Amino acid sequence: MALEFRSVTKVFPTNSGAPLTAVSDVSFRVNEGEFVSVVGPSGCGKSTILSMTAGLYQPSEGEVLVSEERVDGPNAHVGFMLQKDLLLPWRNIISNIEFGLESRGVPKAERHARAMAELKHCHLDGFDRQYPYQLSGGMRQRAALARTLAIDPEIILLDEPFSALDAQTKLLLQNSFAKTIAEAGKTTLLITHDLAEAVLMSDRILVLSERPGTIVAEIEVDLPHREEPIKRRVLPEVGEYAAQLFKHLKLEEKAA
Amino acid sequence: MTDATATQAGANAPAATRKRTIPGGLRMDRLNTTVASLGLLALVLLAWQYLPTALDVPKYIIPTLSDCLSELKRMWLYEGLTAHTLSTALYTLLGFLIGSLLGATLGYLLGMSAFWEKVLSPYILALQIAPKVAFAPLFIMWFGYNSVPKLLVTVLIVFFPVLVNVLQAMRTVDRDLINLARAYNLSRLGVFRKIEMPSTLPNLMAGLRIASTLAVIGVTVGELVGGNTGLGYLISYGGGQANAAMVFNAIVLLTVIGFVLYSALVRIENRILHYLPKAHG
Ligand SMILES: Nc1ncnc2c1ncn2[C@@H]1O[C@H](COP(=O)(O)OP(=O)(O)OP(=O)(O)O)[C@@H](O)[C@H]1O
Ligand SMILES: [Mg+2]
Repeated sequence: MALEFRSVTKVFPTNSGAPLTAVSDVSFRVNEGEFVSVVGPSGCGKSTILSMTAGLYQPSEGEVLVSEERVDGPNAHVGFMLQKDLLLPWRNIISNIEFGLESRGVPKAERHARAMAELKHCHLDGFDRQYPYQLSGGMRQRAALARTLAIDPEIILLDEPFSALDAQTKLLLQNSFAKTIAEAGKTTLLITHDLAEAVLMSDRILVLSERPGTIVAEIEVDLPHREEPIKRRVLPEVGEYAAQLFKHLKLEEKAA
Repeated sequence: MTDATATQAGANAPAATRKRTIPGGLRMDRLNTTVASLGLLALVLLAWQYLPTALDVPKYIIPTLSDCLSELKRMWLYEGLTAHTLSTALYTLLGFLIGSLLGATLGYLLGMSAFWEKVLSPYILALQIAPKVAFAPLFIMWFGYNSVPKLLVTVLIVFFPVLVNVLQAMRTVDRDLINLARAYNLSRLGVFRKIEMPSTLPNLMAGLRIASTLAVIGVTVGELVGGNTGLGYLISYGGGQANAAMVFNAIVLLTVIGFVLYSALVRIENRILHYLPKAHG
């Protein structure tokens, strides 16, 4: 299922009175099964883009389309994941994974079966009766992925899901996410601060400018092994792509 | 594809946590503190029994332990102590239940409506600061010498800590959790039931614990000021007769009532908030 932004602008009211334009005139398309990353400076409106896709905010101008239909509220096609795992501490892992299914009228037995399947899928077998505090950060993130996959969304939105993890866990988790997502053929939008991560995981990268965020560059990542970032990592071209992103973000000028 | 270690750990982990054992060192610690507490209690009781006579303090100022015990027996036989104690316990519980139910309900309602919260918050603050027990004489003037005034004082005094705790917690529920629930198409009621209610439970329980100690104060003041039943009444009656032992006994029994209520709440809290990580154990 495809996702499209058509000249989207989002203005937030502020307490001081002067409205704040988070993103301005953003247009892009993510095709079915494609993995697109969005990079950009802090506060440029990346999370806002994600929230609009999830239907949590409406754009001030323009429109957001999911499978050619206008998004005007939370919808069943989209699942999202943030830096925080957002597991409910009062529920054990299995019922956390079931959470998204409950409001969809899925019968109890089927809910459980689907959640157990996702649990296995995300390598958390045996942890179904544990509570979130009994899991490590990486395991909690995997549980959050399992919850996102359980509702079988066509589009997955990821907002810096790996940024709170240590380097090794991050790599393993990126690999496991990439594989799971590729196998399921999901359309994915990943928001990240980590340029290497963007190169390793995506088919295409969108670079946003400072606030108000607009798209300043769009880079096709023409490398193999999208479903296995660990393999892609050793390719020599990865550095070149990262350098290209670096240039577009004007990091050197800013440091000067 | 990924870490085999995590999967492996997964097989062992549940069994390991289910059998929650107290490490030997911790058990010794607990034993030591119990022994020390009991030792201190024995010391205080001994001092209570022998110091007043040794220092020639008269019985109507500080009665000894045995004075209190014999007075307790007399109160039980001739003053209807059981009925007074039960009455106080009943009104404490009743006032606590009604007050916290009202407080929690209003807290949740206001928590869901930013408008009404803003409109009412100055009044809530004012009422919260006002000394609630001072309303007791007013209530007696309005409702007479029956059990209504003491119940009202208790309800009023219990109401605020619960209300304020719930309201505070509703304000600080994680926005991202609420957004997550909305993204999963939960209705307003669904968000309340599945996110807000459980998120605020720790604060609600904390409010209830404070309220439980205040409930005893509310009932006592109500009984002190008017009426002829309850331990509060025995305090004012005993005070009027210069019967210090009676006052002592009533205070101890009031403490016991408060303690029982508080402990019950702690037990309930430990049971329903089991998912919160503990510092140790
Ligand atoms: N609900 C809101 N109300 C008002 N302003 C908001 C709201 N959400 C975001 N903003 C503002 O919009 C701008 C973009 O925020 P956003 O969270 O999208 O940035 P971001 O690119 O995700 O940043 P970061 O990389 O630090 O996460 C910020 O200036 C922020 O203050
Ligand atoms: Mg963000």
